[in-house]
Amino acid sequence: MKKLVLGLVCLMMVVGVSVAFAFQPVAEKDLKIGFVYVGPVGDGGWTYMHELGRVDMEKAFPGVESFFVESVPEGPDSVRVMETFIRNGARLIFATSFGYMDFVQEVASKNPEVIFMHCSGYKTADNVGNYFGRMYQARYLSGLVAGKMSKKNVIGFVAANPIPEVIRGINAFTLGARKSNPDVKVKVVWLFSWFDPAREKEATLALIDAGADVIAMHADSGAAPQTAEEAGVYVVGYNNDMSHYAPTMHLTAPIWNWGMVYKHIVGQVIEGTWQSSDIWWGLKEEFVGLAPISDAVPTETVALVEAEKAKIIGGSWDVFHGPVKNQKGEVVVKSGEKMTDGEMLGMNWFVEGVEGDIPK
Amino acid sequence: MRYRIVLRRRFKTGAFFEGILPVISIFAALLFSGGALLLFGVSPLAAYRAMFRGALGSGYGLSEVIVKAIPLVISGVAVALAFRMKVWNIGAEGQIYLGALASAAAVRFLPSDSRVVMLLTMTVAAIIAGGAWGYVAGFLKSRWNVNEVITTLMLNYVGIHLADYFIYGPWRDPSSLGFPMTPPFPPSARLPLFFGTRVHLGILAAVLLVLLFRLVIRWTRWGFEIRAIGDNPRAAEYAGISYGRNVVLLMFISGAIAGLAGMTEIAGLQGRLQPGFSPGYGYTAIIVAWLARLNPWGIMMVSFFMGVLLVGGDTIQVINPLRHPRRDTYREIRGTEPGA
Repeated sequence: MKKLVLGLVCLMMVVGVSVAFAFQPVAEKDLKIGFVYVGPVGDGGWTYMHELGRVDMEKAFPGVESFFVESVPEGPDSVRVMETFIRNGARLIFATSFGYMDFVQEVASKNPEVIFMHCSGYKTADNVGNYFGRMYQARYLSGLVAGKMSKKNVIGFVAANPIPEVIRGINAFTLGARKSNPDVKVKVVWLFSWFDPAREKEATLALIDAGADVIAMHADSGAAPQTAEEAGVYVVGYNNDMSHYAPTMHLTAPIWNWGMVYKHIVGQVIEGTWQSSDIWWGLKEEFVGLAPISDAVPTETVALVEAEKAKIIGGSWDVFHGPVKNQKGEVVVKSGEKMTDGEMLGMNWFVEGVEGDIPK
Repeated sequence: MRYRIVLRRRFKTGAFFEGILPVISIFAALLFSGGALLLFGVSPLAAYRAMFRGALGSGYGLSEVIVKAIPLVISGVAVALAFRMKVWNIGAEGQIYLGALASAAAVRFLPSDSRVVMLLTMTVAAIIAGGAWGYVAGFLKSRWNVNEVITTLMLNYVGIHLADYFIYGPWRDPSSLGFPMTPPFPPSARLPLFFGTRVHLGILAAVLLVLLFRLVIRWTRWGFEIRAIGDNPRAAEYAGISYGRNVVLLMFISGAIAGLAGMTEIAGLQGRLQPGFSPGYGYTAIIVAWLARLNPWGIMMVSFFMGVLLVGGDTIQVINPLRHPRRDTYREIRGTEPGA
């Protein structure tokens, strides 16, 4: 049943792409763009990186005018924000969090002349496309570093929401960590929130109490690295280079480069070549990457990271190529097989080595 | 001529002060925020003009203000009712979640193609669930005199996590690729919308509740008992008015009304249950009730004003004057250049 549904969704995506019609070119000075942000631009992580991407895009297209509304709840309020953008002349809207998905569809169906790009979702329409990055590739590389640096063989993972994006990241990270240290375990604590610095701090402390000597994270703020620095525990950041939060303990961080994808999409819209599609770029396109690796990390580990990175970029191997085992030790992806994008997008189980539950 | 300031305790505030105080506080708030805007180098007048124009300058803005006011009026009445008896129901947020959860349960387990039947089932479910959530705090208060501020506040978290449990767990939409949300409601479980806007049938519930609130408090025996207890619980007890019985009933009804707000919000706007569907209506309701001095018409006006703030706030962010200084400021704070 699940497979069937997944297949149907993929089919719908393909159909959505094939019947898409072209939009007319837009002069740069006529293009207004609205960004819907889930957190405050000063969160130092997720929304901050989108904001840098927006500014980067504005630099590349000086005629374009763009605006944003921050801390928009992932609920019916987002409809009003998008309508306000359109009423102020927006012809392109970026909605930068998963929870906006249905509301993007709602506004898009009423405004067929406006183009919508939804970050991290899976629903398309003639005027709705998706964009996201293969962050799992960078997560895997950061796992290689974290695994090596754990002496107690326990890594703590501060995780936002139990959805496939985060689960995929934890799995990729764990596969990396166990590649460089087969005995390591990754303990997961859920926050059930994207941005909640107080809870991010509490979760970090709880994981350190539970024996973790390296902390990794998927949350929007820099609270976890800050806490790890205070506690003297190594930390892998997220979103951007978080070494300013943890000057001595920061190992590296899987990072986003939103500017490149924003420039790409805006360029397409200006040229009139934009079509509804699902952008899912990775290391190869430099949409995701790794922040500079700390000097504390042995050189052979850095070399291992470079080698694995080259393998992924070269296309000969990717993170979820078999054999991959689940928490019970059962082989889920057989040797010689690989997970499809559809399977990765719906990933809802943990790999071997993760300690924690996915709420079911 | 010399003036003296005399501080004197009054037993009853005059009608004039009742009316003018909220207005003064709102103006004071706008004035202080204006000062903050000035510090950012932004003209407060331009910002407020943008805000009010965004909220009230078009039919669309106005309709969205009403959309925001509906849950605030309903949950505002819910807490104001409790506050009239000096029972501090801080738990409207949790009661809203329970109401939404129960109406989602009704859609799941008692589906009907008839809109009337479906919506009535959802309403009853929401009222019972929200009421039950209030009842718990009321019962604890009446039986063991447990402080209702603590219990209602803590039950908020329980309610929110309970909803999360079902959304992340057994009620998760199987076709959502594992993302947390219930399946979309069928059309019969959606409230009718008016005039091509998002204003939904909940507006009727809001207006009726305001009238009912006024009626009950002013003209019924129970309303008299509530007021009597609120003014002096001990005197009321001597007069034969049972505190225990009333606090239980009151908390049930207060919770039931808040639960209704949860139902109208998901049946009117969202059409499915998602985590965090209420951006804190239950807490804002407390502000609404107090700014309105627990007055029914006041609740309507203050909710409308809150709607203006929320809707107009978007426009302030979109329209230029604030944006550029703001961006530079935070870049200075962060000490990072974009693209670096």
